[in-house]
Amino acid sequence: MKLGVKIAIVLLLFSFLLMGLGFMHKYGVPLKSDMDDYFINHAQKETATNNVVTSIVFDYRGFDTLGEASVLFTAVLGVVMIFREAGKK
Amino acid sequence: MFYDIHYVTIVFLIALGIYAVMFQHNLIKIAIGIDILESGANLLLIVLGYRNGGVAPIFTMAPQGKSMVLPTPQALTLTAIVIGLATTALMLSLIVMLYRHYGTLDTREIRRLRG
Amino acid sequence: MKPMSKIVRTVAASIGWFVFVFGIYVIVHGHLTPGGGFQGGAVMATGVALLIVAYGGWGAERCVGKERLPVFESAGLLTFIILAFGGACLGITFFFNFLANKGGLFGDKLPLGINPGIFNSAGVIPLMNMGVGMEVLAGISLILFAMFYGTKRVREGRCLVDNEEKEEDV
Repeated sequence: MKLGVKIAIVLLLFSFLLMGLGFMHKYGVPLKSDMDDYFINHAQKETATNNVVTSIVFDYRGFDTLGEASVLFTAVLGVVMIFREAGKK
Repeated sequence: MFYDIHYVTIVFLIALGIYAVMFQHNLIKIAIGIDILESGANLLLIVLGYRNGGVAPIFTMAPQGKSMVLPTPQALTLTAIVIGLATTALMLSLIVMLYRHYGTLDTREIRRLRG
Repeated sequence: MKPMSKIVRTVAASIGWFVFVFGIYVIVHGHLTPGGGFQGGAVMATGVALLIVAYGGWGAERCVGKERLPVFESAGLLTFIILAFGGACLGITFFFNFLANKGGLFGDKLPLGINPGIFNSAGVIPLMNMGVGMEVLAGISLILFAMFYGTKRVREGRCLVDNEEKEEDV
């Protein structure tokens, strides 16, 4: 890739970043938090957990965690397979 | 136009990561750039969920009368960190394999050797 | 990687237990305090990294038992998936917390609001934490061992020849 093309792409991305900086909401005042307020108010009753983050990770959004554990498992498989294939040569 | 130091930090981190990925030729430095990019994304998620004067959303011995920050971005950040660890491990092992095969870490050199 | 000096090995042997116990604490108290399976597993894997640095790969392999790690990893992931399917088997939904508020194992009710925390609560979440912690510990340790062996072969190969460094025989 030519250097000029690279510089153009990077400048475009940087301008997007600086443009997005102007549209952020004020720090410390989230726009909509209905779902999070529901979690904070109901997590203790529904899952009997003091730690709301854990109750989200393992209960409300368990699918996410299942995918994450699978990704970790697959990455370990990949690393071990790469080094084992290399060791045979 | 509202520029806050937290968002400026995020933009700086992401810009640094993009710069390292685009302009560096050492594979280790590209891996470091991708990690810095991930840190910027994680910081963006955490900052979006902050509430003024809030405490961590844990009820064990929490201080009285304080509001709690949003828990969902924190859970998503946990997921993102673990996936970043997995991708970093794979990236580094692929870099080790490339180094063993070509004897160099420079991308231009590797492209030349591949023909 | 050669094992380091006797001072480093002694300090690692005494500090390593605290690292492992702290990791187990973070995993087991994941539903009450900041922490959980992923964080605690990462802390325990740091202990494995300490052993690898201090004792060299062969010594750490003798301490940890490398052939046991894939079994640990699969067992952790299977625990997680089976507990997730428990709610579905009871006819409710996937990932339903079927032990919470039922009495028995991890089934105590919590007082609402701010409380000092009851260990025997939260249903399947502590069990899932243990499964995920086991998986993360074994996974990151396997990555560390694999990278150790890989870099060792690089060092023996043509790229970086260091004749003074010999592996300790088992």
